[in-house]
Amino acid sequence: MVAATYQLKRADFIFKNDNDWKKILDKSLKKPSQELINELMSSELKGRGGAGFPTGLKWKLTAEYRSDKKYVICNADEGEPGTFKDREILSEVPYKVLTAMAVCAHVVGSQEGFIYLRGEYKFLAPELTKVIGEFEHYCKEAGLNFSVKIFLGSGAYICGEETALFESMEGKRGEPRNKPPYPTSFGYLGKATVVNNVETLAHAFTIFKYGAKKFYDLGVQYSRGSKLFSVSGDTPKPGIYELELGMSLQDFVAEFGDGDTKAVQVGGASGFLVPRKRFEKTTIGYRGKLTGISLPTGGSMMLFNSSRSMYNVLDNYLDFFREESCGQCTPCRVGCQQLHSGIKAVKRGEKPAQYLNKLLKLTETMQLTAKCGLGQSVANSFSSIVENFREEMIY
Amino acid sequence: MSSQINVTINGFQLEIEKGKTILDAANKAGIIIPTLCYHKDLCIAGNCRVCVVEVAGQKRLAAACATPCEEEMEIHSNSLKVRNSRKHIIELLLSEHNSDCTKCYKNGNCELQELASEYKIMTQDFLRLAPLKNYTIDQFSPSIVKDDSKCIRCQRCVRTCAEMQGVNALTVAYKGDEMKIATFFEKAMNDVICTNCGQCVNHCPTGALVEHNYIEEVWDAISDPQKHVVVQTAPAIRVGLGEELGLEVGERVTGKMVSALKRLGFNSVLDTDFTADLTIIEEGTELLNRLRKVLAEKDDQVKLPLATSCSPGWIKYVEHMYPEFLEHLSTCKSPQQMFGALVKTYYAKANKIDPDKIVSVSIMPCTAKKFEANRPEMHDSGFRDVDYVLTTRELAIMIKQAGINFAKLPDAKYDRLMGESTGAGAIFGATGGVMEAALRTAYELVTGREVPFKNLNIIPVRGMEGVKEAGIKIDHPLKEWSFLDGIELKCAVAHGLVNAKKVMDAVKNGTSDYHFIEIMACPGGCLGGGGQPIPTSPEIRQKRTEAIYAEDKNMPLRKSHENPEVLKIYQDYLGEPLGAKSHLLLHTKYTPRDRF
Repeated sequence: MVAATYQLKRADFIFKNDNDWKKILDKSLKKPSQELINELMSSELKGRGGAGFPTGLKWKLTAEYRSDKKYVICNADEGEPGTFKDREILSEVPYKVLTAMAVCAHVVGSQEGFIYLRGEYKFLAPELTKVIGEFEHYCKEAGLNFSVKIFLGSGAYICGEETALFESMEGKRGEPRNKPPYPTSFGYLGKATVVNNVETLAHAFTIFKYGAKKFYDLGVQYSRGSKLFSVSGDTPKPGIYELELGMSLQDFVAEFGDGDTKAVQVGGASGFLVPRKRFEKTTIGYRGKLTGISLPTGGSMMLFNSSRSMYNVLDNYLDFFREESCGQCTPCRVGCQQLHSGIKAVKRGEKPAQYLNKLLKLTETMQLTAKCGLGQSVANSFSSIVENFREEMIY
Repeated sequence: MSSQINVTINGFQLEIEKGKTILDAANKAGIIIPTLCYHKDLCIAGNCRVCVVEVAGQKRLAAACATPCEEEMEIHSNSLKVRNSRKHIIELLLSEHNSDCTKCYKNGNCELQELASEYKIMTQDFLRLAPLKNYTIDQFSPSIVKDDSKCIRCQRCVRTCAEMQGVNALTVAYKGDEMKIATFFEKAMNDVICTNCGQCVNHCPTGALVEHNYIEEVWDAISDPQKHVVVQTAPAIRVGLGEELGLEVGERVTGKMVSALKRLGFNSVLDTDFTADLTIIEEGTELLNRLRKVLAEKDDQVKLPLATSCSPGWIKYVEHMYPEFLEHLSTCKSPQQMFGALVKTYYAKANKIDPDKIVSVSIMPCTAKKFEANRPEMHDSGFRDVDYVLTTRELAIMIKQAGINFAKLPDAKYDRLMGESTGAGAIFGATGGVMEAALRTAYELVTGREVPFKNLNIIPVRGMEGVKEAGIKIDHPLKEWSFLDGIELKCAVAHGLVNAKKVMDAVKNGTSDYHFIEIMACPGGCLGGGGQPIPTSPEIRQKRTEAIYAEDKNMPLRKSHENPEVLKIYQDYLGEPLGAKSHLLLHTKYTPRDRF
């Protein structure tokens, strides 16, 4: 492969710590809601959890909805395989997240916030609790009535889906709700709620600090700003990197690959697998349709080299979905079992190779009919792996 | 408030109230959209996805049951996309389902089977998942059999148990491929808080939850020449059985039912309505005794309100949930158990039959009655008082097996002894019926006059409201009851255990001043019982209710204390209400039970 001449555009906002959150909070609280919303909207910040919903619009809808009580929830249920950036944000720069939550509360008119912390991140809780204590103390001094509590999840992947997250917080089984109604009008305890991913809130802080333009100037059209990427797999330098959106996968692999990269899984188990021949034509961003189209966390980049069996990769993902489906809706519960058992049956020769076509059709149905993003997005990895590495599935 | 919006379904334009779902709109347009997890009695789940439809402009399909209509929505319920998806979903359900239909108790009355037939799912391309799960069938309960291999996870049972009954014996456990409907720690249904009401059975679309059936045992008894097989029929059977045998919902089939039972070979066909009347005499006397003790003698050991004890689902509910209130329950056995105790004593003696040779069968709209008959305390005759309890559905199966053309049967009359009844006994089958029957008798006993309601119809205690309250003022009582002069007798009637909870919490918190409460575990009372024909819905229960009151209206006698056989049994056998023999045979005691 020819070495790339393009330099990946690194950014350094999230982990840069000027310890100026008090100043940013004070400054933001003085602004009227509409101005802050406009700022977010013009930055074109989209949800960094993976779904990519415009953050400013989410705040706007919640602000406009009349409700006696509203909630601000930071979604820290970072469960997508291959992503670990939210953990770092919460341990390195928790004040940024809390500040953005407080600004959000100011914008939408809320007094209560929650951090829905993934069960496996329990070890973050003591330090985070201390930070929240100091933060709340400052809010009081600043005259803002806003409290934040940590809600510890119990380990189900599905609870990162916002309505399942509400159910979980309400003490029920973590199962997605029927939508509509959407959280902006009917969220936690039936009240209007903003749910933002940890990273989204950290970016919001950047925008409140530097203004929308600085953020907007990064990235490309429809995919503005920077994003954290959790790089793992066959790479000499695994880790978390803040990069501008809009890069080509070719450049990404040139930077992070081990010289023998066969494919990259973009967006975790619920994302897409891109084979080598498509690196050049694939860009990472919202319009390029890659990067976390789906559930809960975007930014997972898993590299696989030629020593890897794509069958094993898919087997692993399907095993994950089979177990992590909440089980309530038919296409997802039974579909995941059929896909997982199905590829095994083909591999063992118990089903003919053509059975893969039936399974591909099944993923279309799952995408069309599943109740939430989990079931809808299983098709992504399944079809991209089976279509590109069909031979590996069979022999 | 309600504004109308315009939608189009399959090209058909209609106006519909804002907030209504796509499924509502389809119903209005006369378009059928298949459903499984949807049930008129329950909240929306939207989990089976069988009802998906295409909405123009939306990438994904929408669940018709869970998606509200929007202005100018263009809906397609039969596009290629929809048909393919729907077929896929049915195939998926079948792959996870034990589709050994010919061996299934619900064969022929299964919503999944119907859909499979409609969509002509002729092949099993997907892998069979059901055998991989190694489920065992829970048949320890005498009432309900739970077979997880047939469950399609629609959660209708879970919602029924939670929303209608407030019991939560069935909930969802585990996730992903292991997700299933389970009891507390997956104990047997018999060992948990389940009240055996059978509403889950009534709402299950497949054969995952069915009654524990005793059809073969009853056939064996009938075929045994040594046995004298007696059958009793509960009030609600006569307004439900017809549905199961192809007649109209709410058609009264009392005469045909008696004919059919005789043709099945039962030696004697008798009526639970008779012991319903007897219950009124015993329970009415108990109520008046308690009122005397509390109001006249100021005895604070005696508990009010008195609560009815006819519904075994309700009894087990109290034993679990309000064990400290057991003394509020009437000590009267249910009509079924009174009947059972009398069949092997009074009836045996009068007919000179060895009670050991009597097999006592009851036809009940109820699955909890199976548990009740199985209670160790129900052996007061010296034998098991009721040997087998069959639901309305089981009886219908026997009638079909016997090759009886039910619709063409002539009417027949109940045998004697214990076959005579009144309208008061008949209305036991509807919510409020026991209350109405008791008031008809008690009021007359106390005042010497008929209840002050036109044609004896005590309308305030009738109807489908969850909790009904009524007061009946007692003026100028007979001298013996002078302590009741001017007192307003306060009554409450509840049906469905979630409503029972409301009444009991009011009693517990001291926010009520009821004297007498009637509670039936099932919606609508016994006519909506867990042993009645499937499907059930508010409309079906309403029709059965109308039939019950029509039955009452057409009876020559409508007050329990006028039942000649009831008068005769006191004269010949029991002596007096609450007398020694009554106590032995007609009354019982209750057992406090844990919640877990």
